[in-house]
Amino acid sequence: MEIIIRNFDNQPIYEQIANQIKAMILSGQLSPGDALPSIRALARDLKISVITTKRAYDELEAEGFLSTVAGKGSFVAEKDLRLVREGQLRQLEAHLEQARALAARCGLSLQETLDMARLIFEEELQ
Amino acid sequence: MNAIELSHVNKAFGDFSIQDLSLTVPEGTICGLIGENGAGKSTTIRLLMHALRADSGNLSVLGIDVNAPEFLAVKQDVGVVLDEAYFPEVMDAVQVGKIMASTYTRWDAAQYAGFLDRFQLPRKKQFKDYSRGMTMKLAIAVALSHAPRLLVLDEATAGLDTIVRNEILELFRDFVSQPNHSILISSHILSDLEKLCDYIAFLHQGKLVVSEEKDRLLERYGLFSGTAEQFAALRAEAVAGVEHLAYGGVRALVRRAAAPAALSLEKPTIEDIILFLVKGEKAA
Repeated sequence: MEIIIRNFDNQPIYEQIANQIKAMILSGQLSPGDALPSIRALARDLKISVITTKRAYDELEAEGFLSTVAGKGSFVAEKDLRLVREGQLRQLEAHLEQARALAARCGLSLQETLDMARLIFEEELQ
Repeated sequence: MNAIELSHVNKAFGDFSIQDLSLTVPEGTICGLIGENGAGKSTTIRLLMHALRADSGNLSVLGIDVNAPEFLAVKQDVGVVLDEAYFPEVMDAVQVGKIMASTYTRWDAAQYAGFLDRFQLPRKKQFKDYSRGMTMKLAIAVALSHAPRLLVLDEATAGLDTIVRNEILELFRDFVSQPNHSILISSHILSDLEKLCDYIAFLHQGKLVVSEEKDRLLERYGLFSGTAEQFAALRAEAVAGVEHLAYGGVRALVRRAAAPAALSLEKPTIEDIILFLVKGEKAA
């Protein structure tokens, strides 16, 4: 399991952890029932605060990605990933709709908007 | 349970006073106590160890009131490193170990010997010939070798070089990775505390100015750098501290929640936040 904390990232540390674990679950790198490191162990290994680590786990638990069994630790929850994906696709659609409206307001054509999107995608790849 | 609890503590001596200090360190966490020289860090720690008596207020350590008779037993569970040396001058590390073995019921001689090796402390050198760094290392070795549940460290990394300091921070991290182990550490090396702590408590002229989860503190603020014109566009409630630079530049500590989302802000350090907050107070 790979988690990279970027200290100069403006994204809060707990979000960085939660998002990376979420991505591993969604991509199938982590499967339902897999044990996650304990909060203390993860905090120690990443050299970050236990409270922040707990916040990341709490968020994942609230969203149904993790379940914590007292005395045993945290596990990847049995979750219908199709539903999660479905939800994310709906979110993406909503964002794209917003982008379309903004593009219209700025007088950008479809081609110009797509060019901009391509630039953003390529930047991410580098 | 809270490892440390201070509630409305007051202590005055001469022209200095601790005023209405309330602070808790939950079990299992590390709290960094920061503040300039004379802010009251060492006084707070001495009050907690009952080396000083508070004028008013309540203090408890590991759930026991410092005035209670049972507090003596609590000291077995607390590893303390103070900023001044306190071993007899003519003793060497081996003799210190022998004394500690009769002081602490859970003294671990093998662990102590391990720390002496790890810190490369000579066994036969008398304490009066110790350097500042060696003194701190010996004090830390003693504090960690009697199976404490709480470490109380006053400037424990002062006088040590970066590499040794990092090694010691690593020991402290190992310590709190055990369940229910907690640390209160004071330091004026803010970067050390930023790396280590869960909570930051900032004392200024005897008063607690900030007491907060470290990462939330870092998330709340951003650093703005720009022109006076760009700065003027910020809402007043977004600005927590400001510094006008030469050549028209402005640097400011900005509350992210009140700033426009598109505004590009740098991530501050604890030091940035503290400096701006103190300066802001002086200007007010």
